[in-house]
Amino acid sequence: MDILNALVTFLNFVVVPATAYGAQLALGALGATLVYGILRFSNFAQGDTMAFGTMITILMTWWLQSLGVSFGPLPTALLALPVGIAVTALFLLMTDRVVYRFYRAQRAAPTILVIVSLGVMFVMNGLTRIIIGAEEQNFADGARFLITAGEFKTWSGLDEGLAIRASQAITVVTAIIVVAWLFWFLNKTRTGKSMRAFSDNEDLALLSGINPDHVVRITWIIVAALATIAGVLYGLDKSFKPFTYFQLLLPIFAAAVVGGLGNPLGAIAGGFVVAYSEVLVTYAWKKVLGYLLPADLAPDSLVQLLSTDYKLAVSFIILIIVLLFMPTGLFKGKSG
Amino acid sequence: MGQPFLIGDQMTGGYGAADILHGCTIAVEKGEIAVIVGPNGAGKSTAMKAVFGMLKLRGGSVRLDGEDITTLSPQDRVAKGMGFVPQTSNIFTSMTVQENLEMGAFLRRDNIKDTMAQVYDLFPILKEKRNQPAGELSGGQRQQVAVGRALMTKPKVLMLDEPTAGVSPIVMDELFDRIIEVARSGISILMVEQNARQALEIADKGYVLVQGANRFTDTGRALMEDPEVRRSFLGG
Amino acid sequence: MNTRNLILFALVGVLYIATGMFQSWNLALNILNIGLLSAIMALGVNMQWGFAGLFNTGIMGFAALGGLAVVLVSAPPEPGGWAMGGWGILTGLAFGAAVIAFATWLYRRLGKGPVRTLVLFAVLGGGYFAYRAILDPATAAVESFNPAVAGNIGGLGLPSLLAWPLGGVMAAIAAWAIGKIALGLRSDYLAIATLGIAEIIIVVMKSEDWLARGVKNMIGLPRPWPVPYEVDLQQTPAFLEWAANWGFDPAAASSILVKLVYALLFGTILLGVIWLSEKALNSPWGRMMRSIRDNEVAAEAMGKDVTRRHLQVFVIGSAVIGFAGAMMTSMDGQLTPGTYNPLRFTFLIWVMVIVGGSGNNWGAVLGGLLIGWLWLIVESLGPGVMQMLTLGLGEGPLKAHLIESAPHMRLLTLGVILLLVLRFSPRGLIPEK
Repeated sequence: MDILNALVTFLNFVVVPATAYGAQLALGALGATLVYGILRFSNFAQGDTMAFGTMITILMTWWLQSLGVSFGPLPTALLALPVGIAVTALFLLMTDRVVYRFYRAQRAAPTILVIVSLGVMFVMNGLTRIIIGAEEQNFADGARFLITAGEFKTWSGLDEGLAIRASQAITVVTAIIVVAWLFWFLNKTRTGKSMRAFSDNEDLALLSGINPDHVVRITWIIVAALATIAGVLYGLDKSFKPFTYFQLLLPIFAAAVVGGLGNPLGAIAGGFVVAYSEVLVTYAWKKVLGYLLPADLAPDSLVQLLSTDYKLAVSFIILIIVLLFMPTGLFKGKSG
Repeated sequence: MGQPFLIGDQMTGGYGAADILHGCTIAVEKGEIAVIVGPNGAGKSTAMKAVFGMLKLRGGSVRLDGEDITTLSPQDRVAKGMGFVPQTSNIFTSMTVQENLEMGAFLRRDNIKDTMAQVYDLFPILKEKRNQPAGELSGGQRQQVAVGRALMTKPKVLMLDEPTAGVSPIVMDELFDRIIEVARSGISILMVEQNARQALEIADKGYVLVQGANRFTDTGRALMEDPEVRRSFLGG
Repeated sequence: MNTRNLILFALVGVLYIATGMFQSWNLALNILNIGLLSAIMALGVNMQWGFAGLFNTGIMGFAALGGLAVVLVSAPPEPGGWAMGGWGILTGLAFGAAVIAFATWLYRRLGKGPVRTLVLFAVLGGGYFAYRAILDPATAAVESFNPAVAGNIGGLGLPSLLAWPLGGVMAAIAAWAIGKIALGLRSDYLAIATLGIAEIIIVVMKSEDWLARGVKNMIGLPRPWPVPYEVDLQQTPAFLEWAANWGFDPAAASSILVKLVYALLFGTILLGVIWLSEKALNSPWGRMMRSIRDNEVAAEAMGKDVTRRHLQVFVIGSAVIGFAGAMMTSMDGQLTPGTYNPLRFTFLIWVMVIVGGSGNNWGAVLGGLLIGWLWLIVESLGPGVMQMLTLGLGEGPLKAHLIESAPHMRLLTLGVILLLVLRFSPRGLIPEK
């Protein structure tokens, strides 16, 4: 019984939240890694693209709510999501047209493009804050739990409860659908294959008659979709605040680098590596150990490797380990 | 005899201010093999790239089947029926062999099944490894993928930039056999080679370039027999 | 300096004078001081970017380390807190460093393989728990001592000026560690890694209360020599007489005088840094750095150790930033980790460097003074301007929202400026010679 209780506690406080967070990071890192693979720079505006897309979705959600529209037990934000993606895609395409295209034509160095993306970051960050403000927003509605701790306890008869919030379930389901679609697109469609070819060997792709402008356009649209979905899921699960989204840049890049920059499969693995490490390291193991160890050995302290303040440090340490020991990442991205 | 099928006529030009090519002429007839040889830095690859439109010409012209294509971009030349195999980075390493071939046929909207079957007939090992990432193949197999990729557009002319660089002599012989086979199917071959002797053996026509200009032009056999060519360029 | 550059500087000067005349001299000098400090940081960034093409996004962290140095050096000692666990903390930190050194040594000694991985894992894992076992009781003891006003180990009570070089040294050490890891890899990796280290430094400063009281902030840090205190001035007969002679209000005059002294102090240091930097730029070393930047492959082929040179310039540039960060905390008289924000401390400095002219020291200074002015003047004028712009609008939520969001305008403005400069004048206002 104690082992079951320990397991449920572990599932409840580690596996469930880390899986949801990992899925959100994976989607964000996929966006960053696609930009890196196709456009060949680290996009510092990735976090703010997520914030921008989420903001549009929130505004749309509020409007739908004011009309009395609802999505039953699902959050209204999911109805608003397509609009958020469309507006963000338009914004990114426009940014590419007026900003990035110029540097691409010049074949500018990646570092220049990173600085340019800083400028874009400022603009998107400013726009988001001007439109919706810098404060925290909660926009989740619909059912709150798939299963509550109390329901689980009565069902299982255990002392410990397992709660799965609706937002966590939605996150995982959505992420699976999106990732499955993305891999189908990249591996099975002509356009998707041409994107991979372009990322692999730009000159040969051009020789083969692949239209770079088309590839870049499709990339931005997909990046807008991934960023908006990742942002909305994160916002539903936690809350929306522009600065928090900016700070997601570090875990997102850590995830992308762990997996190997430019490698989509790696980005997904990296997202979960970072999320699980973060939760495992900042989780207080006292309760789990209390069930597993005999009473006289049970720990008095929290048994927490790092306080939750140091969440960001976990991403950073992972990043450092990867840079030190395997700069191309787990899945051999475009190397250093 | 009328116009050659493909000709880079009196080409002059280079990458920067200084010209590398000086009135250099390269031509190939339908279904024949033309080989460009010469010492290092003679502008062999540059001449080939000029024919393919990868550098701007200050003088001369390029004509394909009688049509002036001097101002076309490389991509447009591909659409006109020219296939090009670069010397390095000539495959998509992260994609499977089959996907490499599919990307070669990217511009085609018709059914590519038959062409792919032909490529697999020509290079049976590729069929065996069609679902492997091309980057995992051996050097000779990679070159086969590269040639196969270029053949997927059903080109009328295939241009090869040092296809045997870095492969073993056995693989080289095999590759040359395949190239002859391609030529027999009616595709003109224009190729730059370091291994001058072996290349001239299979060549219908040979060009010896020195400092960006034609030094000797003749059939492959005649060049092989020319004592001066032997002494200066074929090592006796 | 040619005429064009002098005119540019004169124009920026006019901005400051106009601010003094139409708003207040107090504000103008305040902006000037922050502009001068930003200019020094911009010089540090310019060494890294302009001379070597290194993209550092951790400016905030290096500046914050400088601030921490000020607390450690100049804050009054806290003997009570120190007695509770000061030595324990030092032991813990030393032990942690020893574990890392031992692990590094093992890593070099042992051959690659599962044995090495396991041993390293055991050493680092065991070391971490032991480190926490030593450190945690000590920090808890320090933090429990008089937490309302102290709860930290206190400083050395030495003059603030001494803290500035220490700030540089601390930033240099952090830069060395991060540079050692991230330099020599893809250029983007340095950007990502420095972004990370900056966040971590701030998190440490926020959460480790024993160090500098964390988010409870350190206040009342002493001023650097020779800056006087307003209160003292107002009680000095000579000053009062002087003010009366000129017809100044003593309170206002003392405040302005203090800021003027700061401006002189900072200005002198700025000139010193420029002088050194110009010397370096025009020395054989500087020419080599630029040749490496312009063609890394060729430089490497000529036998230059590119990564090592990059590490050198990265450490020096970061030290300058740390130095300036210490100066800033000295001037503020307080360390408030919560106010360190990457947009303000890292990316704003970048805008200064790019707008001013990367690779040119005077450009970096001009950028610092100009963008610093713009950033702060918009802060003080923004709401007013927004009021005026929305005058025609009826009172309502939209108007309230717009006025409220005025401060965010400057992010947008800066982004647009950065993009415009990069696009149309990538070499900046004062281009590299």
